[in-house]
Amino acid sequence: MDAALFYTFAAITLAGALATVTRRNPVHCALGLIFSLLGVAGLFLLQAAELLFAVQILLYVGGVMVLFLFVIMLIHLEQAARLRQYSRQWPVALAALFAVFLEIYVLAQSGLPGLPPSPQPRLNAGGNTERIADSLFYVYALPFEAASLLLLIAIVGAVWLARKKEQPQ
Amino acid sequence: MPEGYLPILFLLAIAIAFPVIALIVARLLRPSIPNPAKLEAYECGIEAEGSSRGRFTVRFYIVAILFVIFDVETIFLFPWAVRYKQLGWFGVAEVTLFLSILIAGYIWARKKGALDWV
Amino acid sequence: MTFETLLPYLMAAIFAMAFPLVTGYLVLVERKILADFQARLGPMRVGPHGLLQPIADALKLILKEDTVPKDADKFLFYLAPLLSVVTAFGSFAVIPISATLRIADLNIGLLLISALAAVGVFGIILGGWSSNSNYSLLGALRGAAQLISYEVALGLSLVTVVMLSGTLSMQGIVEAQFNQRIWFLFGNYGLMLLSFFIFLIAAVAEVNRAPFDLPEAESEIVAGYHTEYSGFRWALYMLAEYTNIFIICAVAATVFFGGWLRPFANIEWLAYPMDAIFPAALLFLSAWGCARMKLFPFTALLGISGLVFLIPAVATALSAPFWFFLKVSAVFYVLIWFRASWPRLRYDQLMDLGWKRLIPLALGALLANAIIGML
Repeated sequence: MDAALFYTFAAITLAGALATVTRRNPVHCALGLIFSLLGVAGLFLLQAAELLFAVQILLYVGGVMVLFLFVIMLIHLEQAARLRQYSRQWPVALAALFAVFLEIYVLAQSGLPGLPPSPQPRLNAGGNTERIADSLFYVYALPFEAASLLLLIAIVGAVWLARKKEQPQ
Repeated sequence: MPEGYLPILFLLAIAIAFPVIALIVARLLRPSIPNPAKLEAYECGIEAEGSSRGRFTVRFYIVAILFVIFDVETIFLFPWAVRYKQLGWFGVAEVTLFLSILIAGYIWARKKGALDWV
Repeated sequence: MTFETLLPYLMAAIFAMAFPLVTGYLVLVERKILADFQARLGPMRVGPHGLLQPIADALKLILKEDTVPKDADKFLFYLAPLLSVVTAFGSFAVIPISATLRIADLNIGLLLISALAAVGVFGIILGGWSSNSNYSLLGALRGAAQLISYEVALGLSLVTVVMLSGTLSMQGIVEAQFNQRIWFLFGNYGLMLLSFFIFLIAAVAEVNRAPFDLPEAESEIVAGYHTEYSGFRWALYMLAEYTNIFIICAVAATVFFGGWLRPFANIEWLAYPMDAIFPAALLFLSAWGCARMKLFPFTALLGISGLVFLIPAVATALSAPFWFFLKVSAVFYVLIWFRASWPRLRYDQLMDLGWKRLIPLALGALLANAIIGML
């Protein structure tokens, strides 16, 4: 059952990613990315990372992708769709693709030395959210506070960017 | 997969199946007599003006990016709220510091007029 | 396969099959109550007191021609209403109707509802964008911006609930209210009332109800994001909207009003009055009302149901769903009351209220609750 679900979610992730890079219409690309992110959320769920599953959907799909769509709607779509900007990079892309596949093949042949056996997820043991809270607020208290600084910088950046754009031409 | 998610997948599957089946049934029953005027985009009877995939005010962009920032902040608060009793005053202090940095940013953005719509 | 393992699937199937019809009747109830506010009768033609109106509406919607604008992005145009319906239906999975009647009791129940609502935004954006109509796109952008603006305040007010309950599971939140002998509405020495009002305002904005129904403000932008939708596809949007309203009412009832718990759930001697006598009295009152409207079959039905409720065994079994649905209906009534009482906001007022009033207030309420809760 879990294996079937894993392959389903993996297929959704890959198909979404493929649609993101192959579609010409930016809104279709965004939709592809949404499905890809949802597939990843499903993979998190299979690993019993329930909080991460919800956060993935809430933040990436519900937050970042809405932002992407808004940005897409800020630009001239017809014009952007007509451009064929990546056509000249075909040979390079093919070479890169070949290199990556070769790498994967070699790795698959030789196996990965030194990696510990993949840990079994503890299903609902003690609560996923609770354990994340404990590590976030005891062990990683300082990075947590630093995250708020990061968000502060993001606020400043966003406001500043948008103000620059608003200057009359 | 943790327990309890299979019924949800089942519910989502029915939720997809129901509209699709209903749409197919409706397709067999309903009339379909399109004409050029009917297929125009609605614009109070006059001919549509310009493309509606045009450009929109940058305000929407600011709202979206501020939303992402505050959404991240809210998400951080949920694990804390779950362990609120156990973390005690230490947790409250942590979150107060976390929020005060963000509130400073919020006040700055507000002073800059980023939150004014017009 | 025991009955316990099959029950969630059974409930999911019943919900998905029955809710379209329920939606029709929610619309009828809303029209009737609005009519009452405005000293009218509302729908009266189809069936006695318009009781068959939803059936007639559903038939009409299925038989209506389905036009797709010629410049529309067909694929997205077809997909968007489906997305809205699926995400709205999914949220129902974690709503507990009683201690055992629920589709799933997840550790992250409350977050799942938020997550699905967040995905539901795309039904609006993509539907409006794919129509290739100016009104649709404007309605979609407005709708999306409104949803995300009020989602922050909604999330912050729910954090205060989780602080009290110590769990994100909807089931767990109700049990916490039982164990702490208080509805969270009155928690933290009454400070949670502030959170509840923030939640209520944000929730009304989240489901695009008056006075926050700007995405479909018919006086300015025709019908907003679903201007170009007709026939059954339009009906899907309506279905999603009313499902969302039901969900938000159910969430309010669950996290603030004790869910399926009867009032004073910890006081033993009130068990029979609250589980049996109160529901029976309410049913008898409705039966009397139906008799006055000359709906005698309903009088008989409601009267018999009232009598059945007086049997102690039945009362214990049915009181939980009864109280849950009574609380949901009460919140739903308040939403209709809002719609009847308040004019629509202007768009800049809406954004000001969301970003400049509600979010600071929600942050303040959160910190105040955090400190009071520790004392």
